[in-house]
Formats: sequence, structure tokens, C-alpha cells
Amino acid sequence: MARITYVEFGGTEHAVDLEDGMSLMEGALSNGIPGIDGDCGGNAACATCHVFVPPEWQAATGERSATEIEMLELADSFDPATSRLACQITAGPALDGLKVGMPETQH
Amino acid sequence: MATQLKLIDEERLALVNAGIAGVGGAPEDRAALMDYLRTAPLGEVDITDARFWTADAHWAWWERLRAEQPVHRCEVSRLGGGYWSVTRWEDIMAVDTNHKVFSSDAHLGGITLRDMDSDFIMPMFIAMDPPKHDVQRKAVNPIVSGANLKAFESLIRSRTAEVLDGLPVGEPFDWVDRVSIELTTQMLATLFDFPFEERRKLTYWSDIATADDTMPGNPTRDERRAILFEMLVQFTGLWNERVNDPEPKGDLISMLAHNPATRDMVPMEYMGNLVLLIVGGNDTTRNSITGGLLFLNENPAEYAKLRADHSLIEPMVSEIIRYQTPLAHMRRTAVEDVELNGQLIKKGDRVGMWYVSGNRDERAIENPDAFLIDRARPRQHMSFGFGIHRCVGNRLAELQLKILWEEVLKRFSNIKVLAEPDRVPSSFVKGYKSMMVEIER
Repeated sequence: MARITYVEFGGTEHAVDLEDGMSLMEGALSNGIPGIDGDCGGNAACATCHVFVPPEWQAATGERSATEIEMLELADSFDPATSRLACQITAGPALDGLKVGMPETQH
Repeated sequence: MATQLKLIDEERLALVNAGIAGVGGAPEDRAALMDYLRTAPLGEVDITDARFWTADAHWAWWERLRAEQPVHRCEVSRLGGGYWSVTRWEDIMAVDTNHKVFSSDAHLGGITLRDMDSDFIMPMFIAMDPPKHDVQRKAVNPIVSGANLKAFESLIRSRTAEVLDGLPVGEPFDWVDRVSIELTTQMLATLFDFPFEERRKLTYWSDIATADDTMPGNPTRDERRAILFEMLVQFTGLWNERVNDPEPKGDLISMLAHNPATRDMVPMEYMGNLVLLIVGGNDTTRNSITGGLLFLNENPAEYAKLRADHSLIEPMVSEIIRYQTPLAHMRRTAVEDVELNGQLIKKGDRVGMWYVSGNRDERAIENPDAFLIDRARPRQHMSFGFGIHRCVGNRLAELQLKILWEEVLKRFSNIKVLAEPDRVPSSFVKGYKSMMVEIER
């Protein structure tokens, strides 16, 4: 179990508990968190679950694949240092307390 | 036993393609064509034949292929040469996200199963691979930024209101012309900052750009090229007016003229990117606007649900786009031998990703043949494509549809479709030429 906080572009926070093994995209959709669309269903194929992961959490959230980087580079508000696709991050005890930001729009 | 595909004679087909006769309204033709698709030898069927699309009969083929031969080879086609059809959600996703093996390059044929003419290559970023694709796409991406979408919202709403308020009540009219074309063309004129009173030229060029010049009734190859050059001439005038502005304005032409990735495009490349942006912004939303009204008429229980609960507009918009699938396929060309779901695709082969089939794949979507405006995950459809070529304008399209339905529901309790629509004779643009409707008093 991990408590994840999703921060909307405007600053509104949503803290939810995710079961181990669930992706952060799935966690957002199943909890009705606005700002994360997840159009492709978790294939790193659309960049509509774009989030920002603070540097201190990146060891725990893992490396980006080449495919994920390609999709992120075409996304609005891409930040080379912190951008991730939430569908490529899996919840687990190591992520308990993680806070992720969101861009203004996803498409 | 196989049914022979001799149900519509060639003479009548010519009339159909010329728009003089319609097969869409003849249920016996549709039933016979579907019967053919269910029973003909698998290798014999060429689904790019326009008859299957004007009669809306292609559905039987996808159902069969998904079950019997999800990656299918058509050896002899009207396109000159064979092609693969990829029909299941998962396989389409695999092709769409593997741009290193499945190229979009115009010089290999481009992004429709029908090859781009090798002596009239129009480079455009949808028909490019990285890295050039990426930088050109990024040049126009700001047109659909969050700030722009917010700025467009009130403009779209006031224009939509004006178009709807101008419609006749209690008498038949063509929804495609009065609403679908009008609204999408107004939007496109704004995106280009194109002379507003001349906006129907954009519709015309969009239709010409995607018209198959081998079809009777369509402009010939030379006529089509001449028309596209006329488009280029007018747009070059607009480019020249804007290229020396000290700061780029917010329109697409200014964005292209001022961005280092696109400011030195050769004329054919400018033409290509114009065609991409015009077709992308025009044909697709137009046909979802028409399709939405058709589906609500075909599913009165859903129309009733919508009237009772306007919060369903948002999920309905995604469902309309899934159910319509305004572009039936996108094509890639294999640049090396590759296996896909048990089939060996050879280097150089054409590969059609049939979004229209993936969107009805029961392996990925529950009850996929039903039009349901309150699905749990309506956004999970293939109509915008996946991977690096995914639709740039998707959120703008959704916004246009959302505002349209909000304004329709404020005004009219029922818009009745009077007859089967006339459909576009194309296996690429899945759309409607006309649909007669009446607003009930």
C-alpha cells in the first residue's frame, strides 16, 4: 500500500491509497482524479497521464523507457528532469508519501 | 458457398461514386454485401473497394477477420499490389507504437493504404518519421495549448449558437452542410486566420485532397493537382504577409512561417502540411458531428438518457468519436521483416491499421457494438491513433463536439434523422456527404 498525492495544475491536492502493483494512472482513474485521462489504457502510447515526479523520488519510481521518453517529448509542458507517464509507475511501499504534479492540459 | 460480388453493376457503381445514386439507402444491397464479406474466400476480398463503405457493409468483414484471421493479407487489390489488414486492438497498438519498424514516410507510400503518388510527394509531418516529424509537429502543437483552448471556448459557443439559431424548424434540411461543415470550417478558418468569407474553400480543398482520382466523378489526377496548387498559391500569399511580422501571431501559418523547423519548407512540403492540417481539422470533426446525431437517432434510449442528464455530454463525446471512427485506417510501411500475431510481414509491405475494427474489438472493449453514452472508460478508444503520430487536435475536437451538444440540448428537444445518410466512397475518410434531418417543433 502507498499513499500517493496527485496535485492538480491549480494546486488542488488529492491523496489516495493505492494497492501494490497498481499503476499511478490506474490509481488516478479509479479514484476519479481530474487532470489524468489515461486514453491509451496504460501502454505509454498517448501521454495523457503526464505527471511530474520530484527528483528525490526518482530512484524509487524507476527509469523511463525509450518509448516513454519519446511520448513525453511530444507532450505539452515536457520537463526533461521530472516528466513521467503515470501508467509506467507502479505503486508499492517504496512510493508511500509520493506527491506528483500535473501539467495544465493533456492530449 | 461464396456469394459473387456482382450485386451492383459497374454502371451503377459509377453513378454511386459520382454521387448521383446512393447505395446507402438500399438495405438489400447492404445485406448482400455483408453476406459476401461473411462468405467469400478470405484472400479474395479487397475491403478498400468503395462499395463496402458507401453501403456501410464493411462491419461484417472486421467481425470475421478479428475472429478468423486478425492479421490478414490481401494479395490483389484495386490499389495495385497487396496490403495487410491489422484488425485487433492489441495488434494495432503494437504497430502504432513501433514507428522504427513501421514507417510513415511519404516516400515509402505515406499513411493511407493508397500510396501517395510518387511523382507528387507532399511531405507532411504525419507522413514523416523522427526526428523531422517531431520538430515539425512541435511547431504547430501550441495551437491546441490549454490557454488557446480556453480562449476558443467562447468563440466556438457563440458561433455554434448562431448556426443553430439559423436552422429551419419543422422542415427538412441537410445537417452535414448546415451544421457539420459550417462549424468545422469556421473553426479551421480561425486556426489559419484564413479570410472568413472564403472559408468554404477550405472544405473544398479538404475534400479534393482526400478524393480518390481513380473514382469516376472525382477530379482527375491533373485536375486535382491543379486545385491543390491554387490552394498553395493563396496560402503562400498569407505566408508572405505574415513571415516578416516582428512577432508571430497565433495562427497556424504564422507558427509555420516563424519556427526554425518549418520556416524553410519547400513549396510541396508547405502544401503537404496544409493538407494535413486542413483534413485533420475538417473531415474528422465534421463526420463526428454528423455521426453523433445519427447514433442518437438509432439509439433512442440513449437520446432519452442524454435529455434527462446533460452531464452525460462529456462521456458521450468520446463514445461518438469511438463509434464513428472518422478515419477508418492509417497505414504504415514495414522497413524490415517482422512477425505480427503469427504472420510474417515483409520489408516494404503496406500495413493497414484498421481503427474502425480495433474500436469494435470485444477483447478490448465491453459490448463494443453498442452505442452507450455512459461508459465507464469512454476515452479508451483508437480513433485518435496511438504513439508519436497521435492526433494533435483531439482536445479541440472534443471541445467543439461538447459545446455543440450543450447548445443543441438548450434549444431543441428532438432532431430527427429522416433517411439513411449518403456516405463518402472511401476506406480512409469514414464519413457522410449528406444527412437529411428535421427539427421537431
